[in-house]
Amino acid sequence: MRSRNVFSAMMAGVGLAGLMLMAPVTGAAAQEGKAGGTLKLLANAAAGTIDPHINYTLQYFQINYVLYDGLVTFRKTGDKTGFEVVADLAESLPKPEDGGKKYVFKLRKGIKFADGSDLTTADVVASFQRMFKISGPTTGTLYNGIVGADTCLKTPATCTLEGGVVADEAASTVTFNLVAPDPDFLQKISIPHAAILPAEAPLKDSGTAPIPGTGPYMIASYDPNSLLKMVRNPHFKEWSKEAQPAGYPDEIDYSFGLTDEAAVTAVENGQADWMFDPPPADRLAELGTKYAKQVSVHPLTAMWYVPMNTNLAPFNDIRVRQAVNYAIDRAAIVKLFGGSNLAQPSCQILPPDFPSYAPYCPFTANPGEKWSAPDLEKAKALVAASGTAGQEVTIITEDTEVSKSIGVYLQDVLNGLGYKTSIKPISQNIQFTYIQNTNNKVQISISQWFQDYPAPSDFLQVLFSCASFTPGSDASINISGFCDKSIDKKMGEAQAATIADPAKGAQLWTAVDKAVTDAAPVAVLFTPKRVDLISPRLKNFVFSPQFYWIMSQSWVE
Amino acid sequence: MSDQALSDPRRNDAQSSAAVAFPADLKFILIMDNSIGGQVLVRTRRGAEGPWRTAWRKLRADRAAIMAFGVLVLITAASLAAPLYARHVAQTDPFATNLNGEIVIDGQTRQVLEPSTEGLGLGFTPLGPTWDFGPYMLGADNQGRDVAARLLYGGRNSLLIAGAAALICLGLATLLGVVSGFFGGLVDILLSRILDVLWAFPVFLLAISLSIVLITQSIIIGPIEIRSGSLWLPIFIIGIVYVPYVARPIRGHVLSLMQAEFVTAAIGIGASPWRILLYDILPNVITRVIVFVPLILALNMMTESSLSFLSIGVQPPDASWGTIIQDGQGLLYSRPIVALAPGLAIVITVLALNILGDGVRDALDPKSSIRVV
Repeated sequence: MRSRNVFSAMMAGVGLAGLMLMAPVTGAAAQEGKAGGTLKLLANAAAGTIDPHINYTLQYFQINYVLYDGLVTFRKTGDKTGFEVVADLAESLPKPEDGGKKYVFKLRKGIKFADGSDLTTADVVASFQRMFKISGPTTGTLYNGIVGADTCLKTPATCTLEGGVVADEAASTVTFNLVAPDPDFLQKISIPHAAILPAEAPLKDSGTAPIPGTGPYMIASYDPNSLLKMVRNPHFKEWSKEAQPAGYPDEIDYSFGLTDEAAVTAVENGQADWMFDPPPADRLAELGTKYAKQVSVHPLTAMWYVPMNTNLAPFNDIRVRQAVNYAIDRAAIVKLFGGSNLAQPSCQILPPDFPSYAPYCPFTANPGEKWSAPDLEKAKALVAASGTAGQEVTIITEDTEVSKSIGVYLQDVLNGLGYKTSIKPISQNIQFTYIQNTNNKVQISISQWFQDYPAPSDFLQVLFSCASFTPGSDASINISGFCDKSIDKKMGEAQAATIADPAKGAQLWTAVDKAVTDAAPVAVLFTPKRVDLISPRLKNFVFSPQFYWIMSQSWVE
Repeated sequence: MSDQALSDPRRNDAQSSAAVAFPADLKFILIMDNSIGGQVLVRTRRGAEGPWRTAWRKLRADRAAIMAFGVLVLITAASLAAPLYARHVAQTDPFATNLNGEIVIDGQTRQVLEPSTEGLGLGFTPLGPTWDFGPYMLGADNQGRDVAARLLYGGRNSLLIAGAAALICLGLATLLGVVSGFFGGLVDILLSRILDVLWAFPVFLLAISLSIVLITQSIIIGPIEIRSGSLWLPIFIIGIVYVPYVARPIRGHVLSLMQAEFVTAAIGIGASPWRILLYDILPNVITRVIVFVPLILALNMMTESSLSFLSIGVQPPDASWGTIIQDGQGLLYSRPIVALAPGLAIVITVLALNILGDGVRDALDPKSSIRVV
């Protein structure tokens, strides 16, 4: 998933190890909790619809994890086990059957939705049908492997997923049949887009009208212009602490409208407990010194990168793409993001501490495992060999401070390589879809990718497979339009090997990572970290690699 | 006096004076335009002070206006000297990033972007003002660029855009207003409705809408192509949006002039419409247009700054005062000078333009009450 307003950054994970790089406020899990009170959260703006099957933003993924449940979920812990999938509404994790093409889930008994109705197998089937009927944003990428999904994607209104999701009410089981084995299936249905909703949920975007869930909280009211109020779900009883623990605060108020600067001041002063948006750059030094005890910094499994259109000049020439990779001073760009304590230079696709990650950087002054310095001579030689110098290039950035700053720097780099470069900042709300659509003829852009689920396929297959490239679509997440049949084949082999032999699968994914990095459809810039600022009264700040801050596990004094 | 004598401002003054027995000490004659309350200077005696000279005398007597004019000259000169300043004083390219730059201040080498070394060591702070007439006099922005040099370059672009857009606006507005008011009938109805439609849009809404639509693509008007990213794009947009606000008062003025005695007289003696337009109407419209110049310049400057601030005006790495304010927005807490300096420049320039505008109005058209928006 992607960054904030569009795709979310969410979950992006974290470095498996060293999750709490600098976390003076984290990790107090052993403290005695104090139930009650109101948690006050701030965000610049609301993130749109609160329909959990549609919203694809970090902002609401984070709250959907305490409002809704899936059959399985990621463990809600603040260490590396937070990447592990555990049973949630299902009694236990199913074993893959039929060579990895079949999963049978048995539902827990006695679970109720916030409106008091019982959870049944019919709700599970209806929820998966609904995902397709309302054309959920990930149905074509994450859930297209379910039997019947093809038909549902073509004619969503009549979707039945016949043969794909089968309920047995008497046995209280739901069986999922896949077209082909998918080692990441359980992870894919652990995100909020696979939340189980009442069968009566509207077959359209619910917008600002809340849909009952099974989590410890429910939405009491939602006004995107001012406030999202969450209160305790009166029908919630904790059934699994690791999947969905009961929450501490009685109420969670999410207010919208304050600027980042004002939000920082409010949290510093204890008028609010947490802010969603990253603190503005000119407050970082102050936060790192005067308010260090209220700050936590965590590495993410994410990347900032520069997609280059492999089907448009001059980037349809691999030498040009490699030249850009060689020319970029990643240490300088890290400064624009806040410095080396907030980002690490990188030039490969998979982030550090991610499954199948092996350090690799061919585009540096001294190729090896780590980026050290730009190699401008080599970059200029490659451009000269390509004969493309003098061509016009337009960079599309978001209109945010960091994205624009990186764009201005990149413009400088490209001009230095001999191109005539202009830069177009576009509203953050539309830039992500704009750069995906081939009709807009975007040559090069600035973007970010945050993990949806902790598997290499989420970076490599989702972003760079031929299947992820859909010309003319706003949802063509393969922004570079990169399609290499031989690499695609390797991805398939890695996927298949992961089921039979996970270790071999991991090796194959590592090889795919290197192959994609060498082909340079993008220039990876750095791996970011997240800065969380919390109030002095907020205790037990638990940061999950998958969910980020687990708000239900904090309490206020 | 004859009708011809009244209507022809080019006529020999001696002939004119012969037609009427004016007092010997009369310097010039004012024929009052009853319809608008403005003065219409038709002719003067030989050696008497002409209307332009009178206006200039009045303007020179207005100390505030002269001071404002002086300030504008200074700002313009400083902006024009931007390349010299960048090369010889700042010794930097104000459009190139300088993220790894260093500078020696008081014998100490300092980074242009200074990392925070205390506490958690988060963030970078651009170099602050040195206040020396040299590199980084006003400090650096978040790309490590010299703010003072960019301020001067920004002034060039802001003044250029405001000036060029004013020319487009006033040229189009004068054309439309005069044609509409002079020819009347269907032409007037058609042009007036077009202006009404434009008028119906709030200025900034129209400007922002046009900018968002046009910013990523070129405009092609016949053989003319305005490429995206070109300064001509904001010039064109800003030049268009204020046209109705100038054209309508001019049309009204023309309609009033058409009722004036000297025009009636010209018609009576059989002067051709084009002659009346060129020799009776336009000379009297031009004074009002001149009054509009500083006001439109000021409005254009603010509009340009607003559009650039919203990223839909001047595009990076080019600078205008609006883009520099935007650059400084993220540094308000740590380096407020980056946003304050261009903000102050805009305030001073717009204030000077407005004061000068008042002076020009008092000199040329003292009874008018021009309000553009």
